[in-house]
Amino acid sequence: MSELDLKYVLDTFFALFSMVLIIFMVPGFAMLEAGLVRTKNVSSVLTVNTMIYAVASLMFLLIGYTVAFGSWENTSMSIWAAFLFQMAFVGKTVNIMSGGVSERVRIIPLMFFTVVMGGFIYPFIVNISWGADFLADTMFDINMYDLAGSTVIHSTGGWALLAAIMIMGPRKGRYKDGKIKVIPASNIPLVVLGALLLWIGWFGFNGGSVGSISSVENADTVAKTIMNTNTAGLAGALMAGILMYIRYRLLDITMILNGALGGLVAVTAGPDLYDMYTPILIGAIGGALVVFAVPMFDRLRLDDPVGALSVHLVNGIWGTLAVGLFVEKISFLEQLKGVAEVGVIVFVVSFIVLFIINKIVRFRADDEAQIEGLDVQEVGVEAYPEFKRAI
Amino acid sequence: MKRVEAVIKPFKLEDVKDALAEIGVTGMTVSEVKGYGRQKGHSELYRGAEYVVDFLPKIKMDMVVSDEMVDQTVSTIVEAARTGKIGDGKIFVSDVDKIIRIRTGEEDNEAI
Repeated sequence: MSELDLKYVLDTFFALFSMVLIIFMVPGFAMLEAGLVRTKNVSSVLTVNTMIYAVASLMFLLIGYTVAFGSWENTSMSIWAAFLFQMAFVGKTVNIMSGGVSERVRIIPLMFFTVVMGGFIYPFIVNISWGADFLADTMFDINMYDLAGSTVIHSTGGWALLAAIMIMGPRKGRYKDGKIKVIPASNIPLVVLGALLLWIGWFGFNGGSVGSISSVENADTVAKTIMNTNTAGLAGALMAGILMYIRYRLLDITMILNGALGGLVAVTAGPDLYDMYTPILIGAIGGALVVFAVPMFDRLRLDDPVGALSVHLVNGIWGTLAVGLFVEKISFLEQLKGVAEVGVIVFVVSFIVLFIINKIVRFRADDEAQIEGLDVQEVGVEAYPEFKRAI
Repeated sequence: MKRVEAVIKPFKLEDVKDALAEIGVTGMTVSEVKGYGRQKGHSELYRGAEYVVDFLPKIKMDMVVSDEMVDQTVSTIVEAARTGKIGDGKIFVSDVDKIIRIRTGEEDNEAI
């Protein structure tokens, strides 16, 4: 086997391995969300997560990959591996978005949006940032550095979620007579399982985004990327825990896990560029942002059962800007421009698409369905049939 | 025959059951319940927001004893279930008209 063949084989294997890790984020999102919602909506959340994987991935196969990259060619690894690796990301944008509208979103209209997101919106964002770049040489050309998608994936999902929450409104009974009613999580062990699966998946998410492991230099970069990813996650968890303890003398595990995920989102834009200490700071700020953003969105009456706005939108923005702040050769203004441009495009387009779908088939489950639970009304399979259901 | 219904703190179940077995209470039915009394529930914190948990978990014990046994049963439960802190629970005593043991058809005191 020639050296070139060996590189081809290694990089193909690496892409497939990373893809498998990223797909572990599907159960990650599913378990996290299943644990954070009430028992009467668990089957519904799980159905949504499973169908997003199927619908978004199929749309990416049929249309999205071509929209994003133009051609099905790759000389450095098997094109099928290159496709699968890219395909692994597409569902994540919708997973991020669907989690935040849990407990009141109807499944079928959400799948209509998944078709548009997986086939067009996300691939278009990839096109102008990582892919074929049809805006090159125009004033809208994006030159931000975003290794694995703090902006391209996380804040893309976050902006779509913001539009969706504005259209769908809060869960019934969440804000009553000017007061915020707390709806506690139903299954903390599942939340922990989901969050840690996401954490593990992130090693493929960021590590795989280096793109190649078949030279000494690339192997070093991959290893450093994964190390820095992990560092930001643990810094985020610790920071969230410390802040919660200072403020409330309690260690809310759901917030600590959201802090970890916030740190992971924040480091995603440039884990290959930082030295080994910077991710501690980036992740810690990410974790702190989550602790402050969760109550802030509540005060704005943006009901987000899983904290996806705080984790993915806020930290997607922070992480992308952080590359401009902490890496000398990266322009802060280019980072800011990328964040703003992607934000405007995704928010406006998502809002319009969601608005139109909502006119045809409304997104929001009616009060009766929300009271009884979406498991009965939408799925027909209760997650915990022999237990007493939560009120 | 009297029915003795006691709502107690869950962690006191073993103690109360053992004490009752010692004085000769032959059977009981236990259920997990939730409730509150004059002190109401307590508040918890979720993602930085406080909320009140109105209903606290309790154990409800149901048993039927002969008239002579009532006082001893009640005092045994009081002794075994008391912690002195809020939420120790309550005991209700009421009359029972008839008891039938399904397997044998025995009635009243024989069926306790």
